[in-house]
Amino acid sequence: MSDTLVTVEHVSKKFTRDLKRSLWYGVKDVASELAGRGGARDALRKDEFWAVRDVSLEVKRGETLGLIGHNGAGKTTLLRMLNGLIKPDLGRITARGRMQALIALGAGFNPVLTGRENVYVNASVLGIAKNEIDRRFDEIVAFSGIEEFIDMPVQSYSSGMTVRLGFSVAAHLEPDVLLVDEVLAVGDLAFRTKCQVRIQDLKEMGVAIILVSHNLHTISHVCTRAVTFEKGQVIYEGDTEEAIDAYRASLVDGDESLVDVLRAGTGEIRIAGLDVLNEQGVAQESFEVGEPAILRFHYEAEKPVKNPVFNVTMHILNSHQVTGIRTDVDGVQLGMLEGKGYVDLMIPHLNLLPNIFTLDAVIFHDDGYTFYDRVNRIGHLKVRGGHLINGTAYLPHGWEMGTAVPTNLPTL
Amino acid sequence: MTDTAELLETVYTPDSQMRSPGLLLRAMVRDVWASRELSWRLFVRDVSAQYRQSLLGVLWAFVPPIVTSIIFIVLQSRRVVDFGETPISYPVYVLVGNILWQLFTESLNAPLKSVTAAKSLLVKINFPREALIVSAVYLVLFNLGIKLIVIAVIFVIFGVPLSWGLLLAPIAILMLMMLGIGLGLLLTPIGMLYTDVATSLPIIVSLAFFVTPVVYTPPQSFPFSLIAIVNPVSPLLIAARDLLTQGIVENIVPFAVVSVLTILLTLVAWVIYRVALPIIIERMSA
Repeated sequence: MSDTLVTVEHVSKKFTRDLKRSLWYGVKDVASELAGRGGARDALRKDEFWAVRDVSLEVKRGETLGLIGHNGAGKTTLLRMLNGLIKPDLGRITARGRMQALIALGAGFNPVLTGRENVYVNASVLGIAKNEIDRRFDEIVAFSGIEEFIDMPVQSYSSGMTVRLGFSVAAHLEPDVLLVDEVLAVGDLAFRTKCQVRIQDLKEMGVAIILVSHNLHTISHVCTRAVTFEKGQVIYEGDTEEAIDAYRASLVDGDESLVDVLRAGTGEIRIAGLDVLNEQGVAQESFEVGEPAILRFHYEAEKPVKNPVFNVTMHILNSHQVTGIRTDVDGVQLGMLEGKGYVDLMIPHLNLLPNIFTLDAVIFHDDGYTFYDRVNRIGHLKVRGGHLINGTAYLPHGWEMGTAVPTNLPTL
Repeated sequence: MTDTAELLETVYTPDSQMRSPGLLLRAMVRDVWASRELSWRLFVRDVSAQYRQSLLGVLWAFVPPIVTSIIFIVLQSRRVVDFGETPISYPVYVLVGNILWQLFTESLNAPLKSVTAAKSLLVKINFPREALIVSAVYLVLFNLGIKLIVIAVIFVIFGVPLSWGLLLAPIAILMLMMLGIGLGLLLTPIGMLYTDVATSLPIIVSLAFFVTPVVYTPPQSFPFSLIAIVNPVSPLLIAARDLLTQGIVENIVPFAVVSVLTILLTLVAWVIYRVALPIIIERMSA
């Protein structure tokens, strides 16, 4: 065999929805395991479902594999099986070399003990030998940046400090295979950068890394390959950017149920739909950076409504808002609306970097505050393009060159 | 970084570990060895944290059995109850008995307590699971050290004569402890799933106290004589106390039988613990 460090072959794992039943199955499973009858269990019992279904993967030395997917898509469960915490119900996992997990930072910390004492406990739990810690203690503390507090009890640390110390210990692991689950999301920006640099170092040392993160920037920066999970199954495996696209697409498709739940308003005028159109007024889903677009609100008013306010907000994949546009802010008065009709929002340039953007539509009363109607995730649009730049906004720009030293810069 | 071909290979499959007992035993021995540093670390952590947050500290290791003993000494001296003729002075008999009983109950509670406290670690980190048990044993041994000092003080106060048989007492004491650990370990897997175990243990222990010859001499007449035969704690506790105070073991056969069973029980409980843990962890939230 070549450089393959982790092989996952047709692995499946069941979970139980009901706790009481889950515990009882636990008792039964222990009994059959003790009787030597364990083995593959392909049938689902009552209240069971597949948390991970027929997943096969390979990770080679020096590769970083990203696992992406919704919450509950099976990423963490797979990671726990890889780590040997739980057994697969079907399939086979083969790992070569020292496998370590960067999952629970500060594991085994006792709040009463000092940072110094806890470093030793934590290191031991992670399987780092004492002489190793003795040798690298100063390095670890320096990495955490909390030297002055190291002899204080950990209970007086801020949560950020605890995490820093925990990560600093974990960062000094020297595994062949490293499992990372969401820990890079903690701490301030400077610390996160430090963590990413550390991961990069390990990667260069030839460590195989398996990384779970919801931060797609981290995934696209760090990973050489990625796998997209949906409902326990792999829906894409391969190129990182393609995997991220597959995840985004699955986000747009899924979660329809939320739309109705979040619908709200007094209802005199309702949103009948939102079309995403191109310049010619033809429906279009994906756009080039900077291309013009039209958002067409369809409305239905049961009775005459005076000066309603139309509002659309744009989000990146349900997370942070990119922008919001409102008729009242723009000083547009729509007058009396009745029956069916539409209002167009003209966007001359979609100055957004490639991504999928979800749209929420709201119609407010003329107080600009009370809802007539609100529909979350009424539509989405996609901006196409390469993946060379991270970020959200595209600033129209140009470059110039000169030879003279600019004079308006402060001297250092 | 070593060559890929030389790396140790780990395989996880759904197959029962019981199918390959040789592999299982080797893994058990390997993990106990691998966990020696971690278990010591956990022990040091628990002891230091415990004493740093306590004013009376070490007193708690022996005050409870002494208080219980005083109650029985008073009851006996006022002739409220009659516990029969003891071979040595009653206060020494009951004090040593209670301290040994406390050793047993501590051992019994230790595994489940240690594993439950480490739940959040267990669901997230793969470390040798034996470390939790070994560190619990260290803790019991540490408290045993304190208890032995207290017993020495009691011996001085009451002028108990020392004998060569005293040198054999550690065997009986360790057996008593091992019985507690073994039983406790056996209950640990089920106790991690259902809180009923942790809830019922104190009740069972307080009942067991009265069917064990701790504060009274082993009854000779049937059916009460069964106490000393059926209850496995009795032969070990009696032997430990007799060796400590008189340097003799009256009934060597029950002691020997229970000792062998205790060793077997502990091994079986260890295998069950090891095999059951991954299945139980999957039933707990991460």
